[in-house]
Amino acid sequence: MSPAFSASSTKIIQPLPLSTTRSHDKPLFDPLKSTSSSSFLGSTLKLRFNSLNTSNHPYPRRRSAVVAVSDVVKEKKLKSKASFSNLLITKEEGLELYEDMVLGRSFEDMCAQMYYRGKMFGFVHLYNGQEAVSTGFINLLKKEDCVVSTYRDHVHALSKGVPARAVMSELFGRTTGCCRGQGGSMHMFSKEHNVLGGFAFIGEGIPIATGAAFTSKYRREVLKEADCDHVTLAFFGDGTCNNGQFFECLNMAALWKLPIVFVVENNLWAIGMSHLRATSDPEIWKKGPAFGMPGVHVDGMDVLKVREVAKEAIGRARRGEGPTLVECETYRFRGHSLADPDELRDPAEKAHYATRDPITALKNYIIDNNLASEAELKAVEKKIDEVVEDAVDFADDSPLPSRSQLLENVFADPKGFGIGPDGRYRCEDPKFTEGTAHV
Amino acid sequence: MATIIQGIGAAAALSSSNSFDSKRFHLPSRRSLSERKGSFLVVRSDGRVIPGSNPRGRRTDQLITNAVAAKADASAASTASKPGHELLLFEALREGLEEEMERDPRVCVMGEDVGHYGGSYKVTKGLAPKYGDLRVLDTPIAENSFTGMAIGAAMTGLRPIIEGMNMGFLLLAFNQISNNCGMLHYTSGGQFTIPVVIRGPGGVGRQLGAEHSQRLESYFQSIPGIQMVACSTPYNAKGLMKAAIRSENPVILFEHVLLYNLKERIPDEEYVLSLEEAEMVRPGEHITILTYSRMRYHVMQAAKTLVNKGYDPEVIDIRSLKPFDLYTIGNSVKKTHRVLIVEECMRTGGIGASLTAAISENFHDYLDAPIVCLSSQDVPTPYAGTLEEWTVVQPAQIVAAVEQLCQ
Repeated sequence: MSPAFSASSTKIIQPLPLSTTRSHDKPLFDPLKSTSSSSFLGSTLKLRFNSLNTSNHPYPRRRSAVVAVSDVVKEKKLKSKASFSNLLITKEEGLELYEDMVLGRSFEDMCAQMYYRGKMFGFVHLYNGQEAVSTGFINLLKKEDCVVSTYRDHVHALSKGVPARAVMSELFGRTTGCCRGQGGSMHMFSKEHNVLGGFAFIGEGIPIATGAAFTSKYRREVLKEADCDHVTLAFFGDGTCNNGQFFECLNMAALWKLPIVFVVENNLWAIGMSHLRATSDPEIWKKGPAFGMPGVHVDGMDVLKVREVAKEAIGRARRGEGPTLVECETYRFRGHSLADPDELRDPAEKAHYATRDPITALKNYIIDNNLASEAELKAVEKKIDEVVEDAVDFADDSPLPSRSQLLENVFADPKGFGIGPDGRYRCEDPKFTEGTAHV
Repeated sequence: MATIIQGIGAAAALSSSNSFDSKRFHLPSRRSLSERKGSFLVVRSDGRVIPGSNPRGRRTDQLITNAVAAKADASAASTASKPGHELLLFEALREGLEEEMERDPRVCVMGEDVGHYGGSYKVTKGLAPKYGDLRVLDTPIAENSFTGMAIGAAMTGLRPIIEGMNMGFLLLAFNQISNNCGMLHYTSGGQFTIPVVIRGPGGVGRQLGAEHSQRLESYFQSIPGIQMVACSTPYNAKGLMKAAIRSENPVILFEHVLLYNLKERIPDEEYVLSLEEAEMVRPGEHITILTYSRMRYHVMQAAKTLVNKGYDPEVIDIRSLKPFDLYTIGNSVKKTHRVLIVEECMRTGGIGASLTAAISENFHDYLDAPIVCLSSQDVPTPYAGTLEEWTVVQPAQIVAAVEQLCQ
């Protein structure tokens, strides 16, 4: 321990063991060294030997006095174990979660097919492997609650209730898409379902989510809508957690106790940049306490654990107790996008996570606990297959946008196009309605 | 003349917390709206400073925005005949803001020091005590994030006004302004609207240095889905502020640091201006001079000289920087056949460049001479007073350009 630290409290969690072990002949950052001495899963090597349950770590990973939520969760589990069964979900809940996760997986697999078949273009980022996060959180929301996503947004939209038809049509660039074909893969919006987007740049969705949470507080305290307890979820990845907007919004959300949950989907990789190579202290959840909010770390491959944490965090937000930072450690089963050859990630690492498939895990839980039969789960899968097939058929049969759509929606008030030489508003010109005007 | 205006502005800029009390001009102490009588000092829109004692009794002392070098039949006199009340420009902005906050509880303000401090140029003075800290929200210094937060709030039903403490700081929020403020309505297929106003002090002040003397119009004008207006008088400042707040579109309202202490008598009754219309400042026959914001005063000063020399220029404050009011501009071009653009914006890719293109495209056949555009120099605004003066267009250059164009 460095002298500066040893003088103060011993409770300080040292960010990395590097400072103590590094000698001068070693490079400043040695990924192998730091991964082997850390329990963190995101290593490119020796990954198989790491496990969350290993106890002989050089420093405690999750022992911080401020981690309120996980403590609460533990307590709750104990209580519920004592009073009822030890099951975390009912049969109905289990089937609902399973259906949502299978939908997410099947939809994305279909997207890959359609992409390679030339039905959709551009950058398409698939969610395979991370379903436990979307389902675990969004399944607990009310319709009025808001979700803010990233460029990997299809499944968040689906979980929030946007019909598969509308999402697939958007990907096909059709008028029936949830954004009339004007958004595309990375810009899914649905006002009806309070999906506030699809943000394609890293971090830019977090302030939007903070604003939505601000509105909830404003409606309650300024507009005196006492029953407004809407919560906003902001989803983003590990790469975003080194971006200023992340820190700025943690500060503002905690400062004003906004009803928001920051959900980090730590899939360990930002395209080709390993989380460990990008981040001084890779334990993202720790940044919550630094801003005065609970930080929780949860296994993002286990939908039931995610759900337990989500329940508490969303409940906290709804009760007006402020924001929570949740780090879900997960993994994407495909490349960053369909354009990514995915050559950097170690096959062993991929294989390791493949064995932890969150859908298989839930399936096993359901069957092991006799919540539902294999046949019932098969029925769910069949139903979803049909839903996804139908979505493709629907999208394929939907019309392409006509030219008249081009200039619509540039301005909410089309007077924004201004006054033409003839003294009339230019939007009144038939060429504007036809979409042929030059703007 | 220009230096007089600059002097006032400089006092405002240097002592932003006390912007009203300009020692140089021995202004009376800070006055509230109820203390409109008594000794006063009028800064006319032509830059003349006139000490007076009773504004209501002396009609000549009242600011007539467009009366400078105006012809006898100018419509401008109507402003003076209204009873109205006198306000400085920053007070007019504040009055517009307050009226809209009163009218609609969803209207709120966000920015650095807008609340307890009252805004760096006092545009939000007194609003936090009246409406509370949530409606007049002091934010941490995190431009990109609080701008994004305002956009998120707008998407979910509020109508925020974002103040850039200095508009240059909004460069830090460029991503939010461009991607989300400008484009999100479109990418969401029209589902979400972003009724925000982005405003703040900008332009070349008096020796504020490069970063605080930005000419941002050129940066923002290409963003689709955003409207931009620039105010130049207390009257249009209030009217444009109210219009911007009521618009469903995101609007950037440019204010100029050197104009906050301009005084004018404005109507007592409520009014809202059009965001898309230009303002005829001085009708004339020989040449159309298009300008906006602070350059309006350099133009009006030049116009006085020009009138003395026998020219009859038509001066239009374009006000709407995006989109352009092609009707008013076109009618003027059809009448005078000559166009001079005077702007403080950067020369490359500036408002003047866009305006030149728009006029060429639409009214080329009416032009008797090539359009001349006087912009500020493409240099970082220098600190030294002399260099700074040479950076922005001066009245003498305007006179020379008109003389050459009208040869």
